[in-house]
Amino acid sequence: MSEFLIDGSEGGRFEMVVGLEVHVELATATKLFSGSPNRFGDEPNTNIDPVTLGLPGALPVLNRQAVEFAMRIGLALNCTVQACTFHRKNYFYPDMPKAYQISQYDVPLNVDGWLDLPDGTRIGVERAHLEEDTGKSTHMGGSGGRIHGSESSLIDFNRAGVPLVEIVGRPDIRTPEQARQYVTELRAILVAIGASDAKMEEGSMRVDANVSVRLPGGELGTRCEIKNLNSVRSLGRAVEYEARRQVALIEAGERIRQETRHWDETDGRTHTLRSKEDADDYRYFLEPDLVPLAPDQAWIDAVRAALPALPAERRASVAGMTGVAADSEAVMVLVDRGQDHYLCQVADAGGDPARALIHIKEAFADQGEQPLVEAGHLATLTQMELRGDLTATQAKQVLAEMVSGAGDPVAIAAAKGFEAMDSSALEALVDQTIADLPDVWAKFCAGEGKAAGALVGAVMKASKGQADGKAVTALLHSRKG
Amino acid sequence: MSTADSSSFAMSSATQIAAQIRSGQMTASAVLENHLAAITARESEIHAFNLVTIDQARAQAAAVDAMVAAGQDPGPLAGVPVAIKDNMCTRGVPTTCSSRMLEGWRPPYDATVVTKLAAAGAVMIGKTNLDEFAMGSSTENSAFGPTRNPRDTSRVPGGSSGGSAAAVAAGFAPISLGSDTGGSIRQPAALCGVVGVKPTYGMVSRLGLVAFASSLDQIGPFANDVADAALVMDVIAGHDPGDSTSIPMEHPSLTAAIAQGVEGLRIGRITDLPGGADPEVEARLEEAFAALAAAGAQIVDVQVPALTYGLTAYYLIAPAEASSNLARYDGVRYGMRVPASDTNSMYMATRHEGFGPEVKRRIMLGTYALSAGYFDAYYGKALKVRRLIADDFDRAYQQVDVMLTPTAPSVAFALGAKTDDPLAMYLCDTYTIPSNLAGHPAMSVPFGTGADDLPVGVQIMAATLNEPVMFRVAAALEAAAGSNGNGRGGQ
Repeated sequence: MSEFLIDGSEGGRFEMVVGLEVHVELATATKLFSGSPNRFGDEPNTNIDPVTLGLPGALPVLNRQAVEFAMRIGLALNCTVQACTFHRKNYFYPDMPKAYQISQYDVPLNVDGWLDLPDGTRIGVERAHLEEDTGKSTHMGGSGGRIHGSESSLIDFNRAGVPLVEIVGRPDIRTPEQARQYVTELRAILVAIGASDAKMEEGSMRVDANVSVRLPGGELGTRCEIKNLNSVRSLGRAVEYEARRQVALIEAGERIRQETRHWDETDGRTHTLRSKEDADDYRYFLEPDLVPLAPDQAWIDAVRAALPALPAERRASVAGMTGVAADSEAVMVLVDRGQDHYLCQVADAGGDPARALIHIKEAFADQGEQPLVEAGHLATLTQMELRGDLTATQAKQVLAEMVSGAGDPVAIAAAKGFEAMDSSALEALVDQTIADLPDVWAKFCAGEGKAAGALVGAVMKASKGQADGKAVTALLHSRKG
Repeated sequence: MSTADSSSFAMSSATQIAAQIRSGQMTASAVLENHLAAITARESEIHAFNLVTIDQARAQAAAVDAMVAAGQDPGPLAGVPVAIKDNMCTRGVPTTCSSRMLEGWRPPYDATVVTKLAAAGAVMIGKTNLDEFAMGSSTENSAFGPTRNPRDTSRVPGGSSGGSAAAVAAGFAPISLGSDTGGSIRQPAALCGVVGVKPTYGMVSRLGLVAFASSLDQIGPFANDVADAALVMDVIAGHDPGDSTSIPMEHPSLTAAIAQGVEGLRIGRITDLPGGADPEVEARLEEAFAALAAAGAQIVDVQVPALTYGLTAYYLIAPAEASSNLARYDGVRYGMRVPASDTNSMYMATRHEGFGPEVKRRIMLGTYALSAGYFDAYYGKALKVRRLIADDFDRAYQQVDVMLTPTAPSVAFALGAKTDDPLAMYLCDTYTIPSNLAGHPAMSVPFGTGADDLPVGVQIMAATLNEPVMFRVAAALEAAAGSNGNGRGGQ
């Protein structure tokens, strides 16, 4: 883990302490307590019913699929799944039709888990509980879509009652990079287990950050909660800005006030939203319209058994197959896209895993989990490269044709006239180039790096791209003696 | 139709009416018209209804008659007029909770009990008056004016289901539904001289009942006799997947249970029962014990010490839940809205004008009891008392099958007698509240009269799901009191 400390005066160096609260919308067919569809992007106020609108006399009935998805999340995050209860969190807001949110309070479904970052850091997960989402307000006529100063507000209840799981991380994060990794890794897990599409840009995954600073090993400082983090990038910027702001305050001899702050993407700062004194008193009490939820061990075991391999495990598997590091960009991207199974198909067809990994990463970004290029064809391509039938440049051109539907790489290479140059022809070309460019050759012999590039480029040009750059470089060195 | 006809129809039992309609001896339409005539004759002085659903009732009655004519069986309540407390949702029919707040709101769905009654052939005749949002013991807290007691119109009918109790007592309908959160069925039943049942919590679906205190609310019937009450219970009881607190089981027929007598049953006399009942009420209770002993039951002294704290615990728990349940009424999505310059002012003006004083009092009480810093001292402690009461009951039910108490401390009191003294009004529910806190069944059976020859009710309390035994005792008391519920007990 790379160290991230903020310099203060008199040699003091502060560390940031960050805990993340992540809300994810579950990918259930219907809402948490009613049969209305759980679907993003529909016409406003079409996915509603008496429960969603909080009509008098309506009663909630817990969605079994939502419980199962929440259990998947808990188990994927190494939590203990336990018998639990629901509470009412009472507060008044126009987009919350009952004036209370049904949530979990002192006894949540999932407790005491963890998430390992790709760099090996273990971040504790305090709890992951079920609750219902609110509706969505759109403020008209004001500035920046804020309620303050707006002329009117529109409310869409389609989102009200959508099942959420709130994942409360422990304050184990120490750097902006870890914060970004945590959210990225969590997102990868949620998608892999099918519990959520976890799209920050659509709001199906929402991140709040609790940030404080302290001298390393010292007592925890007063924290501020940052809201409105709409991307992983914003998260990294916001926690860093906030930590530096707090250090500056401490250096100026001021106290940190516990408050909720709003991240402003345009000016790159956090701003006070409300102080702790203004916080609502939620008057939690046991939800009398629901009974305790007690998943039996057989159900928990069945959910656990049905969990797919998680991203970390899949990355380790790709790393083992290819020899490329598990936390390298290529492996991360491949698993994130879900194309690791395809890589296995290519390997099974006799392909070279390391070369296939690079091709898939670079050429199949928009191809989904099962690219249209037949695994056998990609395997053949990597074999041709290995044999030296194709140079790296030619292989890319052939692959581009394969992606646009041309099929067999052998046929494509033949059609393009790509044939491995035999070594004597290549040697002749190299010698000719040396003779044509004596000044450059002299510089090359004197050890100038640029000269090597110029010579290789000239040979490649003379060969019309058929020469293998590596072979050319080797020949040049052998000629130098 | 002559007045004599209407009163004779009106005094018929639901059991008899349904039998005669199913056998074709009477038509549902004729029965309905006679009850409508009774309403026309006396409703202006009683004010049992917020709304009489004449057209819908005539259509329902005609449909029942058509079924009979076609040789089909409309069900066990064929053609029986039923009055519904106006806090139960009825599709397309205004449901007000006797609050200005819900004036004009027409629910898009029926409460489960309404659906079940209709499926059993019953004909809904109207929506009955109540204390606003079921908060009160006299029906004087209605935003639409009080209901009067048919036995003496200078008196209250009790509450909060005063309209439903009065409708049965006045012969407007042979049966009605009420809801009981702390005694709101049993106390008005006692004051109006009819039978009223608060079933085990979870026996009857709450889906479509506008919530007052969700952990205490339970729907139950009013009837002129125990057999009719059992008949209604057999129709409305049962698991409803739409109510998560509904008990998933089949319930045995209470109609079948009531004929079994009380011989060998152990009847509990609570020796540490909180005092304060009128001497005549105490006397009727003693006569009830004597009557049951004469019928072969054994009277056993028991103690239930935690009962003393029931009232206090109730007036923390019920308002706490109410403060949450009633927070949704903001004037935005349904019901009344008082226009104002901005949204927050509109919310405040709407809630200020939409709720009556008793509702506001309980919202404030409940909000306070749940607040940070006070939760443990008030709401938390009340929950512990609730547990204690249930534990005390459990111990007592190891010794006895049922326990008898007065239903209410007094007979019906005069309108206005307690409206300026909320605590005096709350004391009306001393004997009824513990069953709600424990979730146990209890019912009130008319048993003689007290001061001014007004009816007295005896309450029978039983353990969870022990309705069959509770109804056997009720039938025995009814037999002892006389078939019309007005006779002196024990004679």
